[in-house]
Amino acid sequence: MSEIPHLLVHEHADNVGVVVVEGLTAGTDMLCCVTHDNSTFHLTSGADVPIGHKIALKDLKEGDTATKYGEDIGKIVADIPKGGHVHTHNCKTKRW
Amino acid sequence: MSSKYSNITVKAYRRENGRVGVRNHVVILPVDDISNAACEAVANNVKGTLAIPHAYGRLQFGEDLELHFRTMIGTGANPNVAAVVVIGIEPGWTKRIADGIRRTGKPVAEFSIEQNGDFETIRAASWKAKEFVHWSTELQREECALSDLWISTKCGESDTTTGLGSCPTVGNMYDKLLPEGITGFFGETSEITGAEHICQKRAVNEEVGERWYKMWKAYQDDVIFAHQTDDLSDSQPTKGNIEGGLTTIEEKALGNLEKIGRTSRYVDILEPAEAPDAGKGLYFMDSSSAAAECVTLMAAGGAVIHTFPTGQGNVVGNPIVPVIKITANPRTVRTMSEHVDVDVSGILRREMTIDEAGDELIEMIRRTANGRNTAAEALGHREFSMTKLYRSA
Repeated sequence: MSEIPHLLVHEHADNVGVVVVEGLTAGTDMLCCVTHDNSTFHLTSGADVPIGHKIALKDLKEGDTATKYGEDIGKIVADIPKGGHVHTHNCKTKRW
Repeated sequence: MSSKYSNITVKAYRRENGRVGVRNHVVILPVDDISNAACEAVANNVKGTLAIPHAYGRLQFGEDLELHFRTMIGTGANPNVAAVVVIGIEPGWTKRIADGIRRTGKPVAEFSIEQNGDFETIRAASWKAKEFVHWSTELQREECALSDLWISTKCGESDTTTGLGSCPTVGNMYDKLLPEGITGFFGETSEITGAEHICQKRAVNEEVGERWYKMWKAYQDDVIFAHQTDDLSDSQPTKGNIEGGLTTIEEKALGNLEKIGRTSRYVDILEPAEAPDAGKGLYFMDSSSAAAECVTLMAAGGAVIHTFPTGQGNVVGNPIVPVIKITANPRTVRTMSEHVDVDVSGILRREMTIDEAGDELIEMIRRTANGRNTAAEALGHREFSMTKLYRSA
């Protein structure tokens, strides 16, 4: 890959991706890479999101399941627009 | 089948029982908390020895006491240890631990403090420790197969980059070296929560998978749910995990499990600090997810090198086992590189493949086995934390 990606996504089934650069600001045209097969796509960030934190790949509604590694990682507890920051304020474990 | 990893050899210490160690410590081991001072005095008198003070060993009983003995004996028996001086307050438990270590065939001497006092105990133990140092420092490293190593893993201060980079790097190493005949350890029972359906299927057969599931469920019921006072959101994931972008235990667990790669299967389940006895292969050790506790238990089980992926920068080390730190987080590489042995942040930039990262880790394992001090060793990180199951009597 010639350009460094801003966002990595584990699997095609995932609805969240991980910011892998420092200082990402809202409105950035992000190069996104699916690590499963190195395919790429573009997405505009909707917020300033720190490195390591997640971004929604599509509009997520309260009650939806967050999917990463192709697996269930918790429930969405507040609506998140595509490109928005996904973390403890809007996503919660189903376990405890 | 032969691979490019089949012929890797290391210069290491072959012990009396045939096990291979990569360090050559003379350990001064306290049986109990009140013998720490005498052990530290001996280690101060005799250079080249290592005291391992700890907080427990009095009035424990039942399974908790068995775990104490197993941890003490396993630490002394570890092949990274050449010889051991055991000091306890009274002779009974002191002898039990010394005899347990003695079964490896290595030199062991024991001393007890009652009726002697610290002064006399320190004097006698110092003479013996000095004798052990002269003896051990003449031992020579010899050529051993890389496959003779027992290699453990546990990650810490994880974040989303560990699941993307450093944990798959360890997994790739296991996928390459387990077929060559190394013995591996993974664990962190509570941190599999959310990926238990996947972990159960990674057993070598259904029977082992079912036993694994029962063990995991017992930890959930008897430890987590029996003692929880809130929803654990501040403990698991930790504050550091959350700062690094991990949101839920499920997300953390899925990243954690990347450490066993794609093809590796575990052959059996170990009690905390238990040594494997089902032959070579990968073992799951029932263990806390706290870094120092987990590394201490795996070292007591016999691991001689620990591979430790970190995201936000856990700095843990161990007194007798070199801990190799691997990170994929470029911010951690930028801000705390003195703790990093293997930088795999190129994976995030898509400049490095998991296969290349796995090879870099194998090369660092080889160098560490040959004697290269890890970052944690150079920085003096010697965290030794006993796991305690319940209150003492």
